[in-house]
Amino acid sequence: MSVTSNLRRQVVIWLAVIAAVCLLPLVFRSGSTLSMMNLMGIMIIAALSYNILYGSTGLLSFGHAIYLGLGGYITIHTMNFAIEHDLPVPAAVFPLLGGVSGLFFAAVSGWICTRRAGTSFAMITLGLGELVVALSLIMTGFFGEEDGFSTNRTKLAHLFGYSLGPQIQVYYLIAFWGLASALAMFAIRRTAFGVACSAVRDNPERAEFIGYDPHRVRYIAFCIAGFFAGLAGALSVINFEIINATSLSGATSGNLLLMTYIGGSTSFVGPIIGATLITFLRIMLSDITPAWLMYYGSLFMVIIMYLPGGLAALIAAHWRAAKQGRISHLLPAYAVLSLPVALFLAGFVTLVELLYRVFGHNNPVPVDFTIAGVVLNSHDPVAWTLAVTALVAGAMLIRRLWSLIDDAWHAEHNAMVEATQ
Amino acid sequence: MLSLIVFSAINGLSYGMLLFMLASGLTVILSLMGVLNFAHASLYMLGAYLGFEISKYVGFWPGIVLAPLLVGFIGAMIERFGLRKVHALGPAAELLFTFGLAFIITEAVQMIWGKSPVDYRIPPSLDFTAFELLGFNYPAYRLFMLAVAGVVFLALTLALTRTRIGLVVQAALSHPHMVALLGHNVPRIFMLVFGLGAALAGLAGAIAGPALVTAPDMASHLGALLFVLIIVGGLGSLIGALVASLLLGLIQTFAVSLDFPLAHLVAPFGLSGGSLTLSQISPALPYLFLVLILIFRPTGLMGNRE
Repeated sequence: MSVTSNLRRQVVIWLAVIAAVCLLPLVFRSGSTLSMMNLMGIMIIAALSYNILYGSTGLLSFGHAIYLGLGGYITIHTMNFAIEHDLPVPAAVFPLLGGVSGLFFAAVSGWICTRRAGTSFAMITLGLGELVVALSLIMTGFFGEEDGFSTNRTKLAHLFGYSLGPQIQVYYLIAFWGLASALAMFAIRRTAFGVACSAVRDNPERAEFIGYDPHRVRYIAFCIAGFFAGLAGALSVINFEIINATSLSGATSGNLLLMTYIGGSTSFVGPIIGATLITFLRIMLSDITPAWLMYYGSLFMVIIMYLPGGLAALIAAHWRAAKQGRISHLLPAYAVLSLPVALFLAGFVTLVELLYRVFGHNNPVPVDFTIAGVVLNSHDPVAWTLAVTALVAGAMLIRRLWSLIDDAWHAEHNAMVEATQ
Repeated sequence: MLSLIVFSAINGLSYGMLLFMLASGLTVILSLMGVLNFAHASLYMLGAYLGFEISKYVGFWPGIVLAPLLVGFIGAMIERFGLRKVHALGPAAELLFTFGLAFIITEAVQMIWGKSPVDYRIPPSLDFTAFELLGFNYPAYRLFMLAVAGVVFLALTLALTRTRIGLVVQAALSHPHMVALLGHNVPRIFMLVFGLGAALAGLAGAIAGPALVTAPDMASHLGALLFVLIIVGGLGSLIGALVASLLLGLIQTFAVSLDFPLAHLVAPFGLSGGSLTLSQISPALPYLFLVLILIFRPTGLMGNRE
């Protein structure tokens, strides 16, 4: 593929994405969907920012949320200051302030963090994250008491007559900053600096030999990631009009990591897929099951053990096969496997739900609950037997039949190699 | 004041030794296998909960024996069927695997025992006053914790210096690559060390549970503190881990017990500490310590690796 046609393809894709983002609210009109999409947009920026560290530069951070949270705190204080003093600053520019704050904190803390990559970096970011969390309990003047700080975005100066009162206006604000950030981060990957990041990730010694100081490259990547994290934090403040210490907690940092990894850290779209999917699942599932986090963690473990490229790699492989018209060769194996996988999942979900009910501390008595229309009782031995049987039988069948999928993909791989030769 | 200092010193010592029971396992696993075990503190929590559960049926003493054995077994199984498989995918995958494991263990604990603390009590046989100093009572259980930690420390030292596996572990601490080249990284040693580290964490949990609080957040609190410990002590240095554990144990207990207005401390330097007291800032102290160490001595107190 020539350079110009590749570029043209990229431009077409980006224009399509921009059009889709602009048109989405026409399809999904309800308020709850709109607020979910707002959250998705914020999470996408945060996950992309996280992937500048992990996917691009190979830095596994366990404390990235502090830049998000600190950016948010600076934003909310400045917003309240602007409201109080009637300053003519519209809310729409505050994401930039959040970004600059994130950049500032990353620049201050980054130099010692990025001296080493790998495990040391992971531990140091965790320690710094905990430091900020501990400080948030002490410096209540800046971080607020337990319920944090709140603000009112509509009291700020209006930009072009938009008050940012209705959710739809916030959606377009997030869409604007999200698309701009995504485009910027996409472009950074393509610059010489982006390539230097990959070099430092894959082999710091050789990168140093050709003249890139790994420490410096990591530091700059860390600062850029801090900028976009702070920007996401500011958008979150504008969206929710509230911030508290959970926004910079270790749980939030872990969530960024899980989303990015599940989506796939090796490609640019991976974090976007991860953030969208996980935000969707979180909102959908946390209402209907107490075990949502258990499923979340299990999904993460499955991805680590069997799909290191994340969902993006899975989709990309199928896309390639489909484009060359060979997806039908995979379908028989998938059809055979679908039954044991469904059996295994049904057993797993039922068992987890039963476990949550039987140990339920609020309800030590037998309870009835429904999964997919079936009423189950937490103390019903039949339900337990069926769940365990389905789990074990499913697992054994998957083990037995997995070679079908392996063979199908082997054939697919060979066909791909032949086609390119 | 004297009794306060004596009590804080003993408390700090026993807390520090407790931290060392965890930090030692973490350091050895990190040096030998190159794996930073995120789930180490979760195994500690599991030890506390299992100790609580077993003590409900057969009493406290069998509990603190069985719980560590169970946790050790769980640890060995994690190594055998999880980590060994993930090892082929690289160090980042191993780290993420233990992170996911910590996540799931916390969830499972909340599923089984709920989100609020459980009532894991000091056994009646140890629930008395050990000694009295200037009118203040010192609980015997604290001395018991110190004694257990001391025995474990002695046993660990003997095992490290007198057994073959101990020698391999020692070699791995100072020259990890050389040990790997000599063909000593037999999977069995990995499994044993991981299991032993887990058992130590479980024991720490089982004896700390009644004295501290047995709650689902005990892992996340301690986990971050442990990483601080092994960085401050110096990666791969057991002595460093010991020194750092005792130091942090003492600093934290003294900061909590000496409820000193910060303004008094910083006033001589022309600063105002506001209305903060030393005990209020004590949760942040280990991490401040970490930052200082990273700036002035990146290899840690006793380490030679950055």
